[in-house]
Amino acid sequence: MKMINLKINDQEIKVPEGKNILDYCIDLGIDIPTLCHDERIKSEGACRMCVVEVKGINRLLASCATPATDGMEIKTHSPEVMEARKDVLELTWASHPNDCVVCEANGNCKLQDYSYEYKLDSIPEYDGHKRNFSIDNSNKFFYIDPEKCILCGKCVSVCKDLQGVEALGFNKRGHDTFVSFAFDNGMEQSNCVSCGNCVSVCPTGALMEKSNIIFRSWETKKTRTTCPYCGVGCQFDIVTKGEQVVRIDPAPGIPNDGLLCVKGKFAYKFINHKGRLTSPLIKENGVFREASWDEAYELIANKYTELRSKYGAPAFAGLASAKCTNEENYMFQKLFRAAIGTNNVDHCARLCHASTVAGLATTLGSGAMTNSIEETKNHDVIFVIGSNTTETHPVIGSFMKQAIAKGSKIIVADPREIELAENADVFLKILPGTNVPLLNAMMNVIYSENLHDVQYIAERTENFDKTLETILGTTPEIAAEICGIDAADIVKAARIYAAGNKAGIYYAMGITQHSQGTNNVKSIANLAMLCGNVGKESTGINPLRGQNNVQGACDMGGLPDVFPGYQKVFNDDARAKFEKAWGVKLDKTPGLSLPHVLDGAYENQIKFLYVMGENPVVSDPDTTHVKKSLENLDFLIVQDLFMTETAEMADVILPASSYAEKEGTFTNTERRVQMVRPAINPVGESKPDYIIIQELMNLFGYKQDILTPSEIMDEIASLAPIYGGVSYDRIQELGLQWPVADKSHPGTKFLHEDKFARGLGLFSPVEYAEAKELPDEDFPLILTTGRVLYHFHTITMTGKNDEINEIVPENFIEISTKTAKEYKLKHMDHASISSRRGTTKAVVHVTDKIGDGVMFMPFHFADGANMLTNTELDATCNIPELKVCAVQIDGKL
Amino acid sequence: MNRNILQKIKAETIKTNPELLEPHKNLHEKEVRVVLKNCDIIDPENINHYIAKDGYFSINQALNDMTQVDVIKLITDSGLRGRGGGGFPTGRKWNFAYKNENDTKYIICNADEGDPGAFMDRSVLEKDPHSVLEGMIIAGYAIGAQTGYIYVRAEYPLAAKRLQMAIDDALELNILGENIFESDFNFNIEIRLGAGAFVCGEETALIASIEGNRGMSKNKPPYPAIEGLYGKPTIINNVETLANIAQIILNGSEWFRSFGTEKSPGTKVFALAGKIKNTGLIEVPMGITLGEIIHDIGRGVGNKRTFKAVLTGGPSGGCLTEKHLDQKVDFDTLVALGSMMGSGGMIVLDDHDCMVDIAKFYLDFSVEESCGKCTPCREGTIQLYKLLEKISNGEGTIKDLDKLKKLSLAVKKTSLCGLGMTAPNPILSTLEHFYDEYLAHVVNKVCPSSSCKGLINEYIILDNCVGCTICAKRCPVQCITGERKGLHIIDQDACIQCGECFASCNFDAIITK
Repeated sequence: MKMINLKINDQEIKVPEGKNILDYCIDLGIDIPTLCHDERIKSEGACRMCVVEVKGINRLLASCATPATDGMEIKTHSPEVMEARKDVLELTWASHPNDCVVCEANGNCKLQDYSYEYKLDSIPEYDGHKRNFSIDNSNKFFYIDPEKCILCGKCVSVCKDLQGVEALGFNKRGHDTFVSFAFDNGMEQSNCVSCGNCVSVCPTGALMEKSNIIFRSWETKKTRTTCPYCGVGCQFDIVTKGEQVVRIDPAPGIPNDGLLCVKGKFAYKFINHKGRLTSPLIKENGVFREASWDEAYELIANKYTELRSKYGAPAFAGLASAKCTNEENYMFQKLFRAAIGTNNVDHCARLCHASTVAGLATTLGSGAMTNSIEETKNHDVIFVIGSNTTETHPVIGSFMKQAIAKGSKIIVADPREIELAENADVFLKILPGTNVPLLNAMMNVIYSENLHDVQYIAERTENFDKTLETILGTTPEIAAEICGIDAADIVKAARIYAAGNKAGIYYAMGITQHSQGTNNVKSIANLAMLCGNVGKESTGINPLRGQNNVQGACDMGGLPDVFPGYQKVFNDDARAKFEKAWGVKLDKTPGLSLPHVLDGAYENQIKFLYVMGENPVVSDPDTTHVKKSLENLDFLIVQDLFMTETAEMADVILPASSYAEKEGTFTNTERRVQMVRPAINPVGESKPDYIIIQELMNLFGYKQDILTPSEIMDEIASLAPIYGGVSYDRIQELGLQWPVADKSHPGTKFLHEDKFARGLGLFSPVEYAEAKELPDEDFPLILTTGRVLYHFHTITMTGKNDEINEIVPENFIEISTKTAKEYKLKHMDHASISSRRGTTKAVVHVTDKIGDGVMFMPFHFADGANMLTNTELDATCNIPELKVCAVQIDGKL
Repeated sequence: MNRNILQKIKAETIKTNPELLEPHKNLHEKEVRVVLKNCDIIDPENINHYIAKDGYFSINQALNDMTQVDVIKLITDSGLRGRGGGGFPTGRKWNFAYKNENDTKYIICNADEGDPGAFMDRSVLEKDPHSVLEGMIIAGYAIGAQTGYIYVRAEYPLAAKRLQMAIDDALELNILGENIFESDFNFNIEIRLGAGAFVCGEETALIASIEGNRGMSKNKPPYPAIEGLYGKPTIINNVETLANIAQIILNGSEWFRSFGTEKSPGTKVFALAGKIKNTGLIEVPMGITLGEIIHDIGRGVGNKRTFKAVLTGGPSGGCLTEKHLDQKVDFDTLVALGSMMGSGGMIVLDDHDCMVDIAKFYLDFSVEESCGKCTPCREGTIQLYKLLEKISNGEGTIKDLDKLKKLSLAVKKTSLCGLGMTAPNPILSTLEHFYDEYLAHVVNKVCPSSSCKGLINEYIILDNCVGCTICAKRCPVQCITGERKGLHIIDQDACIQCGECFASCNFDAIITK
């Protein structure tokens, strides 16, 4: 790169060219004021605060937007520059309300700071003209006060260029310019997703979160931590005043680059919610009463002893939690394996990515995202199949949009016309459960047209020839018939994917939650390997993990067949290692998976169930069956933040502290182990889960020193090789991506670089098999389920935010215009829907984003979608077929 | 390649329309017509007429006999400078884009003529649209572009219509489209209509507008020649610049340099407007004196008034006064005098025009037309306007004059684009040349031109009234009475101080107090 000489103030520097003046000044530690600059977006040079003097140029240049060129002599703080900045501030004040004293942004306002720093003589200096705007309150989470807006444009750029939404824009021009939703018609008429990233970047009080809490910024404390919602693992600061969470501020850098979604930014009100469980509860005669921890522990100990001696360890089972920390999940499985003596531990990963863990472990050797989130921005082809990314992993969705804006192609396969489909190069509106023929046909095209990577297949994979037979058997025409799409689109999609140099596949529940889930995953691996698309930067297979720590809960051995680090319980060496470490004999038989635990309870095999931070009554298929199973237990412990539908069935409830009240780590979907830090003290008498578990271990007669989270992580690192080099002193800033072999290992940005984790990549022939329950005369529609942007899982947390409940208040279905007509239903009618397993109610949304004969229902609501869903399992990994079942609309209510 | 076709069309057209060969009747002997040579002679909706006047022979010649470098060299040698106001050497601009190795490049014709009182480009677009197209095609060939856009303001519907006809006709003759004149050069032109924003005449805002974005300026550099439309190298030339191109190719750079001055060769079209007898478009060689334009061609201010100033460069320019009448009109001299060439509007003022009011008029325009992006322009122009309003209302102080100057300089120095950088020019220029007039407003609370309504308490008819009755007829509230040939009187209670009587009196019989 060409080097240039610059003289900045009195320093002469020689630097590589290519950056703007401001960047070089920042490198030198020179503080230049900016109101409109954000390093993530193209500098606009709008506010003019950053102006500098450049020798030979008779005007002042905006340092943020002006490329530095060889020989420039720059003065950043000359009298002329200082005067100009003061002029800019004075002009800004000319139309800004002089009401700092009562402004909510007081103390958190750059205009205020600079006015002080640049010693403005009087405010305002110019009193010629004021603007007169009304406040836009149309968004439920924030308001826009155009009078306080200094038109820096950051909100508009962030909305367009980073979030990829373009909901905000400038209205009118000149002095009358103001920021608003499109045509000033309010939020509802725009495509605003309430991510609040505009609010986060506003330098003044123009974009402010609506809040009932009175606080001044100098009264607050910030705690950097990890978001508790989806698997992206966004970093943010919890802003607290005393014991009250008052705001969430996104953190810059990896993985979220300063972005958040509506849940991360605004759905924090569950933390201080009045519904939090604040003391243990014991059920007596069907009614809960408050109890002390000692009472609760005594009851648990008695029941444990009684049932343990009566039925033995196999009658015990536990559900770990994808919402809890790694340390807690580690201790939870240790409690079951070492203290109780059973491998009956599983968690809701069974319902989401069990097929990924099984399918990718078999084919590649490791069941996780092969690439990093930041690599999403740099694809040249993105293939999204069975993931509604912008709603379920919004920040990754935004990164995809950034890649598309930079020219990446995008292929979307989904039964619904999801947001990403709107601008897709090819959208394949496949019928639910028809992934395999689509993928096989794409491979058919790629192979027939000689677009595959012959060398890669030869050098890095095995079993290709056998797989080829099934591929050749599925022509685009055959697949098109099964999938309900055009054969030409399959051909087009195949060519686009094969042409990519940096092609990334992204998938989620649309692939995994099928009786053929593992096969679907294997099929994806086949496609990627066929084109040589695994093991390179921005090129790979990326299963998007749904919960903040579902990756970690799996890593920690919250699964019935593996110890922490995916070491099989039936592997003698592994077991010996753990027996030595834990000082007890361990069971070599894999335990029961979640569906079998419930079946076991139903069939009187399981007597004692300990549920930590899960809500199977809502989340698991066939609610009626789940409830009956839980009712059948002898003893049910539920440990949670709230009185969930599952907690209501418990014999004893233990109040747990939320993520905001404890220390630990979450591992996000890109395998990054990140810190969780306490921002407030535990609410009420609640305790962090890692304390409760360790106390129970001792209660159950296993001598466990009460360790701190950091000490627990050291124990994990000593036993799980993929976490070998992880320790708290290494992850304070950035986190580490496993595998991290040892203390000197830097972590792994993307997997399988030179060879696959299993050695050679394994091609697996995958034949199409239909879903287990297909429409028939009695149940003629296909039901598919999923998530919506605003709610999270069983709405235990999001449902504690009024604004979110106002946006998505109740269960709904989406059906096409034609389907609606057939059932004589109109938009917003209430309808009753049944399957062979049960009945539920929902509001009807008529939309042609969904195909005829198909119905979508979110799975968030109690007694909703899972009243209908099918418990049929994938034989390999036991994931239930939540994505396909047959239903009937009984009629309008 | 097919020069014969052109020859044939030319011969046939002249045969049936011999009047096409008649020379243009100039307004004045000092006029020289290069850009306007076809205007009012040819039928702008007939491509054959344009060809009959040697139209499209230049692009044919360029494609046949000249390399891209030859074309750029010829334009560079001619010394042609951008007629949009900036005066940047056209050949040099083209060379930037030519040297860029990007395989997609664009030519844009800036036909967003927006200065108040300027209508030079409009005439060319409406009366000789092919000359602009030919200039664009040659420019496209020279830099290696395949697509051109004409950004024409929607307020020029006839221009847009005729441009589209011209494009269609040129396509039909394969003067546009694929393999022009059987060469391997392809070029197409599309029209984009502006939406009434003055700032879209600024090239980065213009590009944003074509891209479908809001018309807001961007920081320069990067300049459009390096990174313009859709991020590709883009040359933006003004209508008049492009209309010169074919003539230079046909007649050579020496011929072009035979007009004008060493540093500003060629001619310039001006729109004469305001208090001048001969209003309208003129085309004169650069270097002509201001006096020659005002007094010889424009025949002075007339109406027994005295010449006070001429405004050049529209809202971005400044004023030139009596003492500048001997100065040459060219790019560099005008800038040195504190004004600028601008696109060619010249508005002449007489002694009834108040310079504070004129500055206010232009600032009002800039306030309206500021895009709102950068702080100095958005906030500064309106504060400048408000200061001028205060002064013209008689509420100003000496301190306000200092403030006016300081703020003008601040806006000029820190604004993002040309609009803001030049918006204070009318103030700075009038402050420089008419400071006494400002002082009269703030110290004596008098508007010497009897123009600022806020400083006028009453209109009084003096004894020298001849009773012509004009004032009484013009008065909108009928408050002036008097017999024909008798002294008239204003009923001060009914008078609304509109100033119509004052403006209409040809005998200086009405004064203000």
